[in-house]
Amino acid sequence: MSFDLVANVAISGILTGLVYGLMALGLSVIFGVVRVVNFAHGQMMSVAMYAAALLFARFELDPFLAVAPVAVAFFVLGYALQAGLINRFITRPEHSQFLLLVAVGLILVNGLLMAFGPDARSVQVDYQLESFEFGDILIDKARAYAAGLAIVTALLLGGFFRFTWTGVAIRACADNYFAARVVGLHVRRLYALTFGLGAVCVAVAGCALTLLVDVTPSLGPHYTLLAFVIVIVGGLGSMIGALLGGVLIGVSEAVGGLLISPSAKSMLSFGLLIVVLLLRPQGLFGRRS
Amino acid sequence: MARSQGIDRRSFTTALAAGVATSLLPLRSARAQPAKLKVGVILPRSGTLGLTGQSCQKGADLAPGVIKELLGVDLELMNADFESNVDTARTRAERLIQDGAHVLVGPFDSGAAAAIAQVAEQRGVPLIINIAAAPQITEQGYRFVFRNFQTATEIVKNGLDLVGELFQATHTAPTTAVYMHVNDTFGQAMTKGITAILPQRTQLGFKILDDIGYDPAAKDLTVEVSRAKATKADFLLLVSRLNDAVLLRREMVKQRWNPMGIVSPGSPGMYEEQYFKSLGKLSEYSISNVPWYNPQAKLTKLVEKAFLKQNPNDKLVFHGLNVGFTFEAILVAADAFKRARSTDPKALAEAIRQTNITDKMTLGGPIKFNAKGQVEGIGSACVQNLNQLPTVVLPSAAATAKPVFPTPGYKKT
Amino acid sequence: MSRAALLLTGLLAVALVFPWLAGGYALSVGTLILYFAYTSQSWNVMMGFAGQLSLGHALYVGIGAYAAGALFYHFGIGPWAGLPLAVALAALAGVVIACLAFRFGVSGVYFALLTIAFAEFTRIGFDHVSWTGGPGGMFLKVEQRDSIDLVHLRGPPALYYYVMLALTAGALALCSRLLGSRAGYYWRAIRENEEAAQALGINVFRWKVLAMAISAGMTAISGVFFAFYNNSLFPEQVFNTGRSIEIVLGSVIGGVGTLFGPIFGAAVFTLLSEGATEALRAVGWEIPGSKGVVYGVVLLLVIVFLPQGIWPPLARRLGIR
Repeated sequence: MSFDLVANVAISGILTGLVYGLMALGLSVIFGVVRVVNFAHGQMMSVAMYAAALLFARFELDPFLAVAPVAVAFFVLGYALQAGLINRFITRPEHSQFLLLVAVGLILVNGLLMAFGPDARSVQVDYQLESFEFGDILIDKARAYAAGLAIVTALLLGGFFRFTWTGVAIRACADNYFAARVVGLHVRRLYALTFGLGAVCVAVAGCALTLLVDVTPSLGPHYTLLAFVIVIVGGLGSMIGALLGGVLIGVSEAVGGLLISPSAKSMLSFGLLIVVLLLRPQGLFGRRS
Repeated sequence: MARSQGIDRRSFTTALAAGVATSLLPLRSARAQPAKLKVGVILPRSGTLGLTGQSCQKGADLAPGVIKELLGVDLELMNADFESNVDTARTRAERLIQDGAHVLVGPFDSGAAAAIAQVAEQRGVPLIINIAAAPQITEQGYRFVFRNFQTATEIVKNGLDLVGELFQATHTAPTTAVYMHVNDTFGQAMTKGITAILPQRTQLGFKILDDIGYDPAAKDLTVEVSRAKATKADFLLLVSRLNDAVLLRREMVKQRWNPMGIVSPGSPGMYEEQYFKSLGKLSEYSISNVPWYNPQAKLTKLVEKAFLKQNPNDKLVFHGLNVGFTFEAILVAADAFKRARSTDPKALAEAIRQTNITDKMTLGGPIKFNAKGQVEGIGSACVQNLNQLPTVVLPSAAATAKPVFPTPGYKKT
Repeated sequence: MSRAALLLTGLLAVALVFPWLAGGYALSVGTLILYFAYTSQSWNVMMGFAGQLSLGHALYVGIGAYAAGALFYHFGIGPWAGLPLAVALAALAGVVIACLAFRFGVSGVYFALLTIAFAEFTRIGFDHVSWTGGPGGMFLKVEQRDSIDLVHLRGPPALYYYVMLALTAGALALCSRLLGSRAGYYWRAIRENEEAAQALGINVFRWKVLAMAISAGMTAISGVFFAFYNNSLFPEQVFNTGRSIEIVLGSVIGGVGTLFGPIFGAAVFTLLSEGATEALRAVGWEIPGSKGVVYGVVLLLVIVFLPQGIWPPLARRLGIR
């Protein structure tokens, strides 16, 4: 196996992993604060992908520019979903929350099918099929840009949680729900805000992914599972963990695909997930609660 | 969606309750209308198979009109969506039979076909499979199950023969190939066929350097394509589905891999509308050796006319295989009905067994079922994407253009 | 006779005569309801009794289905002989997972995700086992079906219905016994407060593993049924996450931890699904996907407005317990 083959595959794995990591970051942020696992995560992302594809079809808007309107819309939707629905469920048992979000996911998948039919939607921009070339190493441009966007988004979000008053307040809620209420924080509103921010991650990841994958209504559940794997490996609730978890899964699947049958490569991810859960349930980068 | 405005919540709730109630009442409908054949069409119009299910539905929708013109027989379609779920396939099939379907047609999926076949067998209602390639379905010992579609083994045989013809017609002799396939029910059946048949076809003269199976749900085929490219094979032998074919073609461009061509020995994907829409000019020259319809056949012209009337913005060629075989399945039912002069399922099954339809839309010999309920000798065509349309290039009797192989721009590495 | 016993007798009587009244369609829906009621009852042992959320129960259905299916396919060994093996294998898998998880202190959401991971891992694994047909599927031979052949579980649809009815009744009886047993009390103690249970001297680990073993073993039986009812098995179908969700649905809609909840819940969500299809057809609104939306919305409303599930408030109204 030649060096450039491995290098090409590994680099692509890192870049794709960063985009997946951004998607998983949304899940992680929501869980870290609201303590609800978003079982409709991938379905939400497929909605964002449709939004980006439609904006492109209608206005020829580059998916990287579509990020702004889609993110704003998703913030509002995420806020509304938490405030209107999920906030009622934060004290309910986990299976109840699980089914609520399963129902939401079901509505999203079938709603997309009703609205847009079963055909795949895609965007075509000129840099989509181009690659940066370094000797024998080829780096897919769209993938590189998407990974860059993921890093920028993650940094902005990290900055928000560290340096703004609201961000700090949200972290306080995550650390201690009751104490946060005692000191007079409006916890439910902060929860809604958090879900909105999680949705923004999903929106940005979705826009970036439209450059790599065509979107169909039934795409969602696959990504929901993928996001779970990543956040568990990285550490549910850990921001850096989600990104690095994404990279780890991306690289392990890529390199694994070289060593074993590629069709079995997702087994590696689930295997990794099982090992991590057993040996370090809080995730590689998570804190023990 | 305009129609939806008439439904308010109350009437919907009532309908829901009524639906539950009536659906459970034991209505064994009287089969007392021999003037009309009720055909239960069961397809996956939603769920993961939704795209193809809806494409097949177009073939069903145009059937009553064309068949009335052709045979003078009245058909009533009863449509059911099994949501790409086998349990639903089963209950929907039962429902159709209870509502009086005399014959079932569907379901474009081997798993669902296996489930529906049992219902058909238990109820003694013929099931005519439009598309489903798992060879086992007609080997399980059913008496009411018929299939007018190639099994995976036949698809591979025909597909590989056409590969040979392609080389001959273009005076090429590639010596190596890399085989990539989707690792699902269909891909597995095809792979089995290829492993068994390719060694017997020594005249083809190429050997497979690597066999790369990938996950049907894969959203990223970078590794797979990298591995394939690294073999430096002359051409790519591909068994795909639709979305992965698009993904794979793009990845080939990104990795600047230009083999002599992409040849499918018989799988969906590259001749489908979405492939052209998503890829534009990159879709050119891809080759699929698949069960196909004869563009020159008389029946095709009739079907095409009806198709364009119902779908003015569509082209038959993008739904050709789905429409062709779904239409023919219904044609088989109508033809049997005409000969049997009865809607009695047993009489229909007997009549279907005697089928001999020579004037057909798809390629190959007449529609005749063997003892197992399988049609043999269905033909395939070498379909190449030329000028943004899937075009029959072989066999020459049905061809409307000449094959192009290797792909222009190919340079031996 | 208590009201509960009266209700039970009534239900059983209706269920017994149902095949004579029902058409083929209703019978298939009835079989499906019983199938979900049974699997959900099995799941309930894990979640409802012992408080451990498993979202990967399709794993045990699949193990049961493939174990019995493969024995029949390769060696012609019938379902009854395959049954003990199926149960043993699934219970073993359950024990292994439970031991690993509980020994390492995995609980709550983490445990739930772990169960999904095991199910998915196994699904992809089976895609690469050629002995069971891989993704190409395993097709069981279908023989003459007019006569009833209990030994090979072959016969008319009513046979499958009654087999499923017997299983569901058996599961109900077993669960009722379990709840009243020492295990039942310990489980509920663990469910309510694990640390307190531990402090009382209950071997929490052992009882949780036992719950998993029983639940997995019970679930495997439905897998054997699935194999011989459908006669074809595909990893993508049997191990699918969607299957695990269906198993959970009955109990959550009906009432987690109750005896009748899973049965009512299974009936409600199956009828809801069929009813939505019929209703949409009745109003002529058959856009693909519309049924999924209606189904999802009703599901959502049930969860939002009936947090305990349907059965507990219904039971109160009927004056049962």
